[in-house]
Amino acid sequence: MQPPAAKGAGDSAGENREAIVRARGIKVGFGATNIIDGLDLDVYRGEVLGVVGGSGTGKSVLLRTLVGLLPRRGGTIEMFGVDVDSANTEERRAVERRWGILFQQGALFSSLTVKQNIQVPMREHLQMPQALMDELAELKIAMVGLNPDAADKFPSELSGGMIKRASLARALALDPDLVFLDEPTSGLDPIGAADFDDLISKMRETLGLTVFMVTHDLDSLFSICDRVAALGNKKILVAGDLKTVIENPDPWIQEYFRGKRARGMAARISRS
Amino acid sequence: MDQRPALSVTGSGDSLVLSASGNWTVLEAERLDNEIGQVLKVPGGVRRVDIDLSGIDRFDTAGAWLIHRTARELIKGGAEVAYTGIGPSREILLGEVEKSDHEPAPPRKSPPIVLQMVEDTGNVVIESGRDLAKLTELLGNSLIIMVSFVFKPWKFRLTSITFHLEYMALRAVPIIALISFLIGGIILQQGAYQLRYFGAEILSIDLAGILVLREIGLILTAIMVAGRSGSAITAEIGSMKMREEIDALQTLALDPVEVLIVPRMIALIIAMPLLTFVADMAALTGAGLVAWIYIDMPPASYIPYLRNAVEVNTFLVGLIKAPFMALVIGMIACLEGLQVQGSAESLGRQTTASVVKAIFMVIVLDGLFAMFFAAIDY
Ligand SMILES: Nc1ncnc2c1ncn2[C@@H]1O[C@H](COP(=O)(O)OP(=O)(O)OP(=O)(O)O)[C@@H](O)[C@H]1O
Ligand SMILES: [Mg+2]
Repeated sequence: MQPPAAKGAGDSAGENREAIVRARGIKVGFGATNIIDGLDLDVYRGEVLGVVGGSGTGKSVLLRTLVGLLPRRGGTIEMFGVDVDSANTEERRAVERRWGILFQQGALFSSLTVKQNIQVPMREHLQMPQALMDELAELKIAMVGLNPDAADKFPSELSGGMIKRASLARALALDPDLVFLDEPTSGLDPIGAADFDDLISKMRETLGLTVFMVTHDLDSLFSICDRVAALGNKKILVAGDLKTVIENPDPWIQEYFRGKRARGMAARISRS
Repeated sequence: MDQRPALSVTGSGDSLVLSASGNWTVLEAERLDNEIGQVLKVPGGVRRVDIDLSGIDRFDTAGAWLIHRTARELIKGGAEVAYTGIGPSREILLGEVEKSDHEPAPPRKSPPIVLQMVEDTGNVVIESGRDLAKLTELLGNSLIIMVSFVFKPWKFRLTSITFHLEYMALRAVPIIALISFLIGGIILQQGAYQLRYFGAEILSIDLAGILVLREIGLILTAIMVAGRSGSAITAEIGSMKMREEIDALQTLALDPVEVLIVPRMIALIIAMPLLTFVADMAALTGAGLVAWIYIDMPPASYIPYLRNAVEVNTFLVGLIKAPFMALVIGMIACLEGLQVQGSAESLGRQTTASVVKAIFMVIVLDGLFAMFFAAIDY
């Protein structure tokens, strides 16, 4: 299952690969404190990058900063080779059209049905006949594993897991090149989570999708992530394939991968 | 390679080849959709169709869907369909799409328009009845809790009430004083103009005094409070309802009526008479200023004249009504807030309803009071 991932640690690994996201010296904070300070990160084309870190270390903040929802106090971000600071509105729109985002809380539009939610990006960015939009929306709904009858439900009528699936469907509506997922499998049952992982890896294989995924799910890390970046101390502690990360001496990483919940995952990986 | 997507038909007789080329992506979906519509019209009595994907440059789920849908239609038409020039990754994608092709859920049926109208009307009537029942229930609940403060004074939420008082009363003073001042002046000016024909322009002071103290000061305040605080209460309680905060309160064994509604009600009941008093004074000041300018009545003679013209009970009538108005505004605002459903749209709808209903009820109630005071000759 594990595709041949970048060997070695972090940035030195992918010199020859194209970085879709290139962040350098990122600094973000609220009030007097900086949550992220001097963070460097690359996301390479066609990879699934798993971002791990304790609660409150700033994973969601990092994601929101990368997509431009939070102001930066310093650093540069390049997306698809475009420096987002110097890009004009036109260029930025073009970049935004190429990514999809799944927010931690779903962030579905509460006054639209699931189907209408998925059609929002189609309607805004493309001109498509309603019938085709309906078909595509229904396709996306089925692909993320929702029942067809969920299409006409409003977000307040969905379960937590269904909200995750519906927001993934919306993130994938325009078949983006890059998706940002904030804890996509939290709140899903194990079978659903496995399906989710399966869907993401299929999309990666067939569409060349690049995935930036914040996750606490060790199974996802193990089964679909090509590279893992561990966030801590306001920086990326280590980034690389799972083995590299696990062998990092940082106490939090050791606790995370060798703790009770990890179920001997570290051992499994070092053996493989 | 040509990037423009296309679907061309070759072959003849009962065997056709459809060759797809260019970018089959969601960006081109509209054009492709049209083109496929053209192609699908051609065949009649075709037995075999090969769909050649080798010319496709970029391919995504939308493209895969269009190919799959074309194949499905052809199969339904009785043809045998095979894909050629399909790489392993595209095969997986087509497989995924095929797996996800369900019969669409039947749309929610809506009855004919006439029936719908009848049903809507009925629903509105039933809803109004329920509203009234809920209003009574909420009123009863709140009153019980307020009375219980007498026996359990430690439950009285002083901090919360002071907090709400600041927003509902103190911060409303400037705007209420300003509009009342203007309205007072306008009433006196209009009165003076009309009464001038009868040589009785001095009576415009009686008119302004009585009108302001009995009705206008109170009504203006009530409308302002309904718009300012009523809407705020509905929005606050409604968004708490939306995010399940009210459910959370309940599960913590806290009564939302006691924690959220009663403090706001008490604050409103205290704020309304105070604001009405402010409005009365501001309006009379406005009237006094206009009297000075228009009918040459300096404050030194305006004040004694006014004191003779209005009696204390005129002033009290306005103030007595104030707490009742507060009760109505607060009850409606809280009730509408509690009825917010999951969506942002419903929050907006209930907030509007809260303000409209509150203003309407304030005016109805004022009419009832007018009849009541007339009957008891007060
Ligand atoms: N809008 C904000 N204002 C102030 N502080 C914020 C804001 N958003 C996030 N923070 C702070 O930033 C820190 C990082 O938050 P973030 O949501 O990124 O955590 P996280 O790593 O995603 O955690 P989790 O795994 O629990 O989702 C937290 O300490 C949080 O309190
Ligand atoms: Mg988070």
